[in-house]
Formats: sequence, structure tokens, C-alpha cells
Amino acid sequence: MSLVNFTTREITCKIVYYGPGRSGKTTNLHYVYGRVPETRRGRMVSLATQTDRTLFFDFLPIDLGQISGFSTRFQLYTVPGQVYYNATRRLVLQGADGVVFVGDSQARQLDENIESLQNLQSNLLEHGVDVRAMPLIMQYNKQDLPPELILTHAELDDALNFRSVPSFPADALHGKGVFETLKAISELVLRKLSAGSPAA
Amino acid sequence: MTSALNPRFSFETFVVGAANRLAVTAGRTVAENPGSAYNPLFIYSGSGLGKTHVLMAIGHAAKTIASQLNIEYLTLDEYVEAFHAAIAAGQGDAFRRRFQNVDVLLVDDVQFLTNRKEMQAELLRLTEALQQSGHQIVLASDRPPAEIADLDERLISRFSGGLVVDMGIPDYETRVVILRRKAEERGSSFQPGVLETVAKVEYPNVRELMGALNRLIAFQAVNDTPINAEAARKVLGVPTAASSTAAAPAAASPDEFSQFLTDVTVTVGKAVEAWRARVAEAVLRWEGEGYRTGRLEKLLDQETPASVDEAIAAYVQDVERLKALEAEVAVLDPQAAGERVFRDPDHMDEAEAAAAKVRDGAAPPPAPSGAFPLDSYVAGPSNDVALKAARDVIGKPGKKYNPLVIVGRSGLGKTHLLNAIGLELAKKKNAVVACLSTQQFVDELIAAIDGNRVDWWRARYRRATALLLDDIHLLAGKERTQEELFNLFNQLVDADRQLIFTAPAHPNTLEGLEERIVSRLEGGLVAEIVEPDKELRRSVLERLLTQQHVPMEPALLDYLADRPIDSVRSLTGVVQRVVEAAAAQDVPVTAGLAREVLEGAPPPRRTAGLRTSGIVVSSAGGVRSREKMVWDWPTAGDRVIEDLR
Repeated sequence: MSLVNFTTREITCKIVYYGPGRSGKTTNLHYVYGRVPETRRGRMVSLATQTDRTLFFDFLPIDLGQISGFSTRFQLYTVPGQVYYNATRRLVLQGADGVVFVGDSQARQLDENIESLQNLQSNLLEHGVDVRAMPLIMQYNKQDLPPELILTHAELDDALNFRSVPSFPADALHGKGVFETLKAISELVLRKLSAGSPAA
Repeated sequence: MTSALNPRFSFETFVVGAANRLAVTAGRTVAENPGSAYNPLFIYSGSGLGKTHVLMAIGHAAKTIASQLNIEYLTLDEYVEAFHAAIAAGQGDAFRRRFQNVDVLLVDDVQFLTNRKEMQAELLRLTEALQQSGHQIVLASDRPPAEIADLDERLISRFSGGLVVDMGIPDYETRVVILRRKAEERGSSFQPGVLETVAKVEYPNVRELMGALNRLIAFQAVNDTPINAEAARKVLGVPTAASSTAAAPAAASPDEFSQFLTDVTVTVGKAVEAWRARVAEAVLRWEGEGYRTGRLEKLLDQETPASVDEAIAAYVQDVERLKALEAEVAVLDPQAAGERVFRDPDHMDEAEAAAAKVRDGAAPPPAPSGAFPLDSYVAGPSNDVALKAARDVIGKPGKKYNPLVIVGRSGLGKTHLLNAIGLELAKKKNAVVACLSTQQFVDELIAAIDGNRVDWWRARYRRATALLLDDIHLLAGKERTQEELFNLFNQLVDADRQLIFTAPAHPNTLEGLEERIVSRLEGGLVAEIVEPDKELRRSVLERLLTQQHVPMEPALLDYLADRPIDSVRSLTGVVQRVVEAAAAQDVPVTAGLAREVLEGAPPPRRTAGLRTSGIVVSSAGGVRSREKMVWDWPTAGDRVIEDLR
């Protein structure tokens, strides 16, 4: 999928929210969905289990309208976090222009975070994409939990953000950090476009 | 009841643009020649576009040109009012007389004739009367005559019989000028960009434009601070540029999303404009250098973004290649270097082809033959004039004798001298010496015409620093070649390039050469080589014999030098025959052998021969010694017959 189509004058950004199960990826999308005027958002497609776990993936198209003469669309995807849905994750990652890694700030989830990050890297490689070439933002979700349960922003950066990409503490349930994250990933993706290199 | 002309409404204060140029020109013409140019002149335009201004300006201009003229300006309403008043006072005739004596009548707002039958009749009568007496009438209306409701057909045809012109809404540039001029008139000055901002607003007429300007002037006066473009937009209630597409709906959701949208807009703007800026920069740069940038401009219209940088890089690479080609061509053919094909990266193949063509043509013109060095040229009294001229020419090519024409019979060494000069000239730095026979020159031109390559053929010779043509008389009858040579001649002489020709006789005795060629040949130096004298023959013989490794026997030299040989070529032939005979008989070359070869063997002794008249008849039936034969008998009439008694 090409990021910018100059013939049809369209910009389409595919942004994938990646992360371990229950880290709050779908919550991010729900929050965004709630803030986008109805006229600008498509139907949010969410295939979830009885217990609200993402079974397949969530899909939220957002129409940003005409920007600099380009009809601009964002497509936000989440992947199912559970380990056994890796095929789906790989599928969703295909053609992604940017990835938001939604980490779980809880100390006891640190291993899951690391595992998911490694999974992201290997799935990208499957698509022939070097994770270093992919615009990536780290979001440490659930920062609203009691301090004794979670790691701080700095600690999580130390543990997970070895590439020193932009990272944001967030409370997706209440919206804190959601749009900051979206804005940051958008900028990364679009800046990559301005650098003149085609997105995969 | 007529209005005075407003002094502010003159042609000088009227801003002329494309939309009103015709009306103004017609108005000026009418003012200069009232009653004769366009009568009546009918001007129509929407309200507030300057009808009244032009009408009054005509009055002013006419008055300025001829102050004695009786000029009246009035609106139709005023005219109607005056008419009614006159009728009421019983002075209808006086009213009519009054207007019939007006030299230039300017009637504004004629559209109010609608539904006024009696006024239409009155105006028709007046128009006819004015026209007949050669007085001018100019009318202005907000619509063309045919669209004025209920207007008398006769009036329509009357109005249309003159000139009907309209005035449109001034274009942007005109609006800027109007605003500047008005602001100046008001003594107001604005920050740069403010008036342009106002002009961008498409007000339906100038009057509203003036209203906008007035508001700005007032605003600025009140606030005591210079207004800027942004503020001007606010004052005038014009939507600002930024609040176009994206911001408007954003206002509906004043939360994070709108903020996000604004941010993304900025980012996208930067991203999209970044490559556009790169392309535009490239276009500007190469356009400035005179290269066609169609390919890049196309990129701006649309194109896949992924290849923008590659496309620019490819373009630059092509331009570099073009530069290299042009530089290469410039050396070979300066004229071809200026060709457009070297400025169009979209047609690289054509440029390559053009360069290849020039390269082909750049094969140097035929050079002088190395077989004729100058030091092997034997000097003697018979050729010293030519030789001296040759040395002068070699010393100062193009400066001393240009052209140099060497004349002389065949076999006297003209070709040798020509090539010898050529070889010497070719030794100079950057010299390109074209040295060839005229026949070859003609043949080449024919081939070039055949191959449609006359241009490169010309270019090839134009590059020559010296042109040496042997046997110029062969040009006789070759009109095209003479034409080409004539042009080439002039170009080369103008550039101080040396020209040398050989001819069998003085140029003005050569037949079949155009006068312009002959006169140019005569214009330089004509140096003649005459038949070799004995001394020269001896020198030549010495050289020839040395070349043939024949021992220099004085008797042989004397015998050969004394032979009545009239050219060096014959002399060479003679030596050749003697030497070959000697080789065949395997005897040394001696005077005796030479005599035997040249004059024949002594007659064989006849033991029992026929008695004849004493002339020994050879067995071959002819005289053995060719030299003793008379070959050219005088004609019968020229013979002297001596009668024997």
C-alpha cells in the first residue's frame, strides 16, 4: 500500500497499535473513535470475544478531509494481543506505515511487553521490514494504576525503549496520552514521506 | 438644469484596464473629434464601474481641446425634469433649441427611458437633430440599448448606429492600481500586502471597492496603528486564508481531535510542500539556465511521489549530459551548439543524435598531402614570385595575401606548392588546413546534398583555418558549388583565414566562373609560375636523379637540361623513361642512353636497302625521332609558300 498517491491525491496512513494482550490497544481506538466527529469516521470494526478481547482486529478509518489538496485518511488497526493469534498480527502488520507499541505499565507485565516487542520485530522481518526503518512510538498505558503496581515512564523506557523512539505515558481509558501518541506517530509517518523515501 | 462636470472625473484619474480600455479609447476619440468619430457613443456597464466618470472625462477632455465648445452633462432624469418644466412654462421650443445648440451632449442613466414614450420621442428627435448638425451625443446606461425595456425601435437602431461599448469589472491588477491611486489621493498609506488583499476580494464594482478602502482608511485612522493584511481581512469580513477547508469543520469539535487535525494538517502541509518545493526549486533553477523543464512541471501536476527525488536526479543527470554534449559540439561547430535540442532534457535521443551528426561532420576536412614538402620544391626565376608569396602567406596566414591565386600551366608545380603551403600552415597551433582539389570539393558537396548533410559539410569547412583549393577552374558551371564557395570565401576572409587557389590561367580568363568569384580571386594576389628555365630544369634534374640514385654525370645533366621540356612534370617523365630503360637494359644511365631513349637508336645500317630520297624511313613506317617531327602544322593559309623558279 502506498502512503501517498499523487495521482488520486490521497494520503493514506495505516497505523497499527501493537502490544501484548490487555495492554489497551482497543481502548486507544475507542477513545479516538469517541472524539472524531461522526462525519469524519467510518464504522469502527471490532471483532471481539464475549469477554471483550479482540479476536481478529479493530479497524477505525478516520477521514481528515482535504489537507494541502490531498484527501487524507488514517486507518487505525489493532492486533489481537494474545500470543496464539500471531498469524493475524502478521497479516495486520502488512503494509503498515507506522506502529504504536502499547505497553502495559504494570510491573508484572514487563515480560509480556518484551515478548510482544520481539514478536513485532520478527513479524516485521517476515514482511521484509526492518523495525529500525518503521516509524514507531512507545505508549506506556495504565499509568493511572496505583504507583506501586506500575513502572514509571523512565523505568519502562529503560526496559523497553532501547531504540529511544518517542514514548508517552498514557491512560487510554480516560484519554490521557491517546491523541499525543496518535499525533506523534502521524508526524513520524508523514515526516518519512517528506524525506522522500517511499513507505513500504 | 444640468450638472456641472466634476473636476475629479477626468481621463487622467481613470484607471484603464482590459475591461474598460475600449470605452476609454472611444471616449478619448470622441472628445478629440466631437461629432465625427462615433455618434452617438453609447457606453454601458454595471453600476459603479465608471460610466459617469468616463462621460464627464469626455466633457473635460473636449473642453480642454476646444474651450469654446458648449458641453452639457445631465442625467436622463434631469433632462426629463427640464423638459417638463419647459413644457409647463410653454417654452418647449426654447428647450429644444437649447439642446440642439449643445456641441457635446452627455446623457447619463439612459436606462430610465423605460416606459417614457414621450421622452423617447423627444430624445430621438434631439439625437437626430444633433447628428445632423454634427454635434456629439454620448449616452451611458447600465444595460445595452436593446435591453432597455420598451425602448423605441428607432432609438435602438439610432444608438446602435454609432458605437456601443461596455465596461466590465476591472481585473485584479487594475483593482490594485485603483486602490493605490485612491489611497494616495486620500493621503493614506498602507502596509505592503494590504491593498493587494483588498483587491483579491471580488467586489462586484469599483464603488464597493472604494467602500472597502474607505473602511480601511477609517479603521487605520481610528486605531492609529498601521493595519496589516490579516487585520484588513477581518475589518472587511473576508474569510482568512487559514480558515478554509480544515479549520471550518474543526470548530464543531473543539476537542483533542480538532487539535490533532490541525497538527496533522501542518505536518502534511510540510511533507507535501517539501517535495513540491524541491521540484519547484529545480524547475526555477534549470529554467533560469535555459533548459526545458516540462518533465519536472509534469511532476508538479501529479506523479508518484516515491520517485520525486529520483526524477530530479535523473533530470539533473540528463542536463549534465546535455551540457557535456553541447560543450563537445561547441568545439566542433559553434553554431550547432546553440541549438535548442541541447536544452531539452525531455528529448535526450535527439540531442545525442544531433551531437553524433556534428561529430560525424567534424571529421577534419581533407588535409594537404605529405608528398609535397616545401623543401623539395625547387626554386628558380620561373617561380620565385609564387614562392615568395607562399612564404609570406605561411608567415602571416590570412593577413598578407588573401586569397593567393597561383596560376600557371599544368605540370609547373602549382599543386606541389599548394600542398607545401598547406603542410607549413598545418604546423601552426590549432590549425585546420583544408587542402583538396576542386573536383573533390564539388563531389563532397554533391554527396552532402544527397545525404541531406549540407549543414555539416559547411560546418566542416567553416572550421578550417585555411582553405586550399587546387584547380579552381573546375568550378566552371558548378553553380551550387560556386554559391557555397562564395559564402565560405566571405566567411573565411572575414575571419582572417587564409585562402589559396590554383588555376591554369589568370582568373579573369577562366570561363564559367561567376563574376563575384572571379573578382574575389583577383582581389588577392595572383602569382604566376612560368615554364621552367634551364637553371630550374637543372636543379630539378639534380633532385630527380639523386632520388633515383643515378650518378650525377655532367654530360647527362647537360643533355637532359637542354631538352626542350616545358614543364617539371614532363621533365620527371623523361627522367623516369631514361631510368627505366637503363634498368631494362641493365646498363648505367648515361647521356648516350638518354639520347637513344629519347631520340631513338641510330638507324640500322642497310646492306641492301632501297634507295630513297635520303630520309631514312624506319621499319615501323615512321620517323624514329619524335622530336624531329613537326606535329603542329600551320593552317594552310598561314603557310608561306615559296615558288621555285
